Amino acid sequence: MARVVVDVMLKPEILDPQGQAVQRALPRLGFDGISDVRQGKRFELEVDGPVDDAALARIRELAETFLANTVIEDFNVKVES
Amino acid sequence: MTARIGVVTFPGTLDDRDTQRAVRVAGAEAVPLWHRDKDLKQVDAVVLPGGFSYGDYLRAGAISRFSPVMGSIIEQARAGMPVLGICNGFQVLTEAHLLPGAMLRNTDLHFVCRDQKLRVETSGTAWTADYAAGQEISIPLKNIDGRYTADEHVLDELEAEGRVVFRYAVEGEAADGYGNPNGSLRDIAGITNAAGNVVGLMPHPEHAVESLIGTGRTDGLGFFTSVLKKLVDA
Repeated sequence: MARVVVDVMLKPEILDPQGQAVQRALPRLGFDGISDVRQGKRFELEVDGPVDDAALARIRELAETFLANTVIEDFNVKVES
Repeated sequence: MTARIGVVTFPGTLDDRDTQRAVRVAGAEAVPLWHRDKDLKQVDAVVLPGGFSYGDYLRAGAISRFSPVMGSIIEQARAGMPVLGICNGFQVLTEAHLLPGAMLRNTDLHFVCRDQKLRVETSGTAWTADYAAGQEISIPLKNIDGRYTADEHVLDELEAEGRVVFRYAVEGEAADGYGNPNGSLRDIAGITNAAGNVVGLMPHPEHAVESLIGTGRTDGLGFFTSVLKKLVDA
């Protein structure tokens, strides 16, 4: 079994009011010096069998068609050992 | 024989009963469609009603888009069958790529529930023939993921091809239902596909079809009479 992580983030040009709300709360909590926060999603996929090129290609397809909406989001696939 | 208009129920759909009622008030037969059925029961048109299908998990409409019934609806929509997506139904249509763009969390992060003033931009769709371009209507709006977004070139294309069907009317007081409630780009409330048979919008026409209840206005009835007329004439 191997773990593959898919990170999904709003594209840089898309307004993220949730991230902004988090950022605005930081000074109140005593955390200074953080000028921007963007909020995203992390998916951890437990994959049966070896994570070879074919398996990774399938996961990229899964990420592109389902986990991310590529109209508004970018995604990144990485294998965790 | 009257037209048969299908109304889809996903797990988490809320407005299917109101939509069926609106269809009947307009004079058509309402046919309940179940998300797990591929069979569209020979309906002439389909409405995807509002609600929170699959709890809005992942993204609003993202999981419903892959349901068995949607496979059939996507196929029929491409063949010209009239399809209307209201609120969550609009989100499903964008996720299914039957309509361009995507819906995001409202800019102010608030769930908005109010009577909303809209401007009808075109009567040239299957669902808006009974309205006049430029007409102002008031129907309920209730959402938190209603911020319509698309690339600049997609927005330009929509405008150039007359595919912006509704805009939030902004020239008036917020207390009277004017203004952009969710940060939608270019005040867009609803759009159509190139053929004009698929329409999606965030506000809820099905809640404004009888003078006795709701807003007391019947500004939403025209959606259902428009498609009925089109189907009967066809």
